[in-house]
Amino acid sequence: MDFTLRKEHEMARSLFREFAEKEVKPLAQEVDETEVFPRGTVDKMAKNGFLGIPVPKEYGGQGCDPLTYVMCVEELSKVCGTTGVIVSAHTSLCVDPIMTFGTEEQKQKYLIPLAKGEKLGAFGLTEPGAGTDAQGQQTKAVLDGDAYVLNGSKIFITNGKEADVYVVFAVTGTVEKRGRMIKEISAFIVEKGTPGFSFGTKEKKMGIRGSSTYELIFTDCRVPKENLLGKQGQGFKIAMHTLDGGRIGIAAQALGIAEGALERTIAYTKERKQFGKSIAAQQNTQFQLADMATKVQAAQLLVYKAAMAKATQKEYGFEAAQAKLYAAEVAMEVTTKAVQLHGGYGYTREYEVERMMRDAKITEIYEGTSEVQRMVISAALLK
Amino acid sequence: MKVVVCIKQVPDTKGGVKFNPDGTLDRAAMMTIMNPDDKAGLEAALRLKDQYGAEVTVLTMGLPKAEDVLREAMAMGADKGVLVTDRVLGGADTWATSQTLAGALRNMEYDLIITGRQAIDGDTAQVGPQISEHLNIPVISYAQNLKVEGDSVIVERQFDDRYHVLKAKMPCLITALAELNEPRYMTPGGIFDACRAEITVWGRADLKDVEDSNLGLKGSPTQIAKASDKVRKGAGEKVSLDPGESVDYIVGKLKEKHVI
Repeated sequence: MDFTLRKEHEMARSLFREFAEKEVKPLAQEVDETEVFPRGTVDKMAKNGFLGIPVPKEYGGQGCDPLTYVMCVEELSKVCGTTGVIVSAHTSLCVDPIMTFGTEEQKQKYLIPLAKGEKLGAFGLTEPGAGTDAQGQQTKAVLDGDAYVLNGSKIFITNGKEADVYVVFAVTGTVEKRGRMIKEISAFIVEKGTPGFSFGTKEKKMGIRGSSTYELIFTDCRVPKENLLGKQGQGFKIAMHTLDGGRIGIAAQALGIAEGALERTIAYTKERKQFGKSIAAQQNTQFQLADMATKVQAAQLLVYKAAMAKATQKEYGFEAAQAKLYAAEVAMEVTTKAVQLHGGYGYTREYEVERMMRDAKITEIYEGTSEVQRMVISAALLK
Repeated sequence: MKVVVCIKQVPDTKGGVKFNPDGTLDRAAMMTIMNPDDKAGLEAALRLKDQYGAEVTVLTMGLPKAEDVLREAMAMGADKGVLVTDRVLGGADTWATSQTLAGALRNMEYDLIITGRQAIDGDTAQVGPQISEHLNIPVISYAQNLKVEGDSVIVERQFDDRYHVLKAKMPCLITALAELNEPRYMTPGGIFDACRAEITVWGRADLKDVEDSNLGLKGSPTQIAKASDKVRKGAGEKVSLDPGESVDYIVGKLKEKHVI
């Protein structure tokens, strides 16, 4: 067993780090303050191939592996959690299901422009009454001639108003499963601008404030029959598979936020003087930093292991759930300690750790709460 | 159109500079980057590739680990990489370096050779013009802008606060300034391709029409007497005087130091 990164991963990390430092970091505070989606940064990422990292070259992507993609989200999130989740939602939640379940025609029409970054992707599963319980879906899709007619709404949609292509889930009927009637869920590719597809309110959030989080509203929205993703009734499977991948992306975001907070705290504690010496010379600080760094390292190993599992295994939900659970909780713990070690300054918006602590919280909630991850992990242990 | 860009792996001076006991740079002990002027030269070549489909080859001389800088250039878009490495070439000054690179270039096809103006570890600005002399082709140095017109290049050559516009028929050599452009990033896919690509490795025996007496430390007329890291300046001196007295004070100091 060897924990040494291959040359291409080392080079990719240095690329993402350089890009993050030069292009993303200078805007991070402003993006948070103004809550404006960083379109210019997204355009630059598209130009440099960051929006199609794990997609084969024949579909307009970069032909790299999941680990490279994870490193991209990690390095971006180290300086800006908003930018990290834009790439993660686009790649894991929209590009990946079309790449995995799409027909050749759907790949030609949607995957190629998404992988090239000409179009941005989003994913619509959550509803007011259906979060962790995906069976609670109310959005309906009824086949009418050559189109499915969608009615309903989706909430908390990342890249909401900024995306061009959406993978949306809706109930297409009921089926019997183990003697019980359950909802049959199907997945659809919906384009922005489709008549009957509009946007509701923008969420005002605690963190990742530059991320465009909107409600999607479907009112007699006719989606061409050929935009059904996978087979009718495969929606739940597609959603769960997609979220397994998404969790690795969010785990990478959480990891990046934790690493960013740790880096800044190390620098700050060396500079900040109290009682005639730097606070880094205090044993309490040293022990706190040691714990933070150890947990960050452990989170990185779990996240990279999950990325490697996605590359080599058919099923990787267990590894993804462990990575997300641990990295998200480490992100929350490390950013909270980072604010504490920064003292009063850490509580001000002048210092980045305040933003990082707010950004970290969402990683314990979206794409499966920490409680859901525990359900997934324990279910695998006890089956 | 074929373009060869000479690039150099240089110490990243942000990480501090380390020396061998003989005064030469301890390259193995330092973090390295692609020399900034060379990177601008590479970007200029890649733009010719974008515009005219030029084939871009990157050439470097150095330790085996200089292969990294070739892979970086290929991850940015260069088509081929050639590394010239051999123990007998070590310790080369600008003369021996330009002889080595010219010996390699005699084996290659080119319409245009681009080098950086100068490397941040030596700051001589001699290697590019020397190569052109060895190959007997025109050189335009200090390029701040360049375009291709037919079989010629038209270059803006930086000159104090203005520039000269020069035209040269290809094949020719241009030395590029970092101000020439904003180099592109590598792409993730480019990195993966570059790491799988074959790099051509040449040694002394592959160099064409070069005498041994012009190579390596022995072929280097420049002798380094002493090298040192930047010496920190003192804190300086602050004086609070009225303007008239200040002038007298400054003039006195300058005279004292024999500046005037």
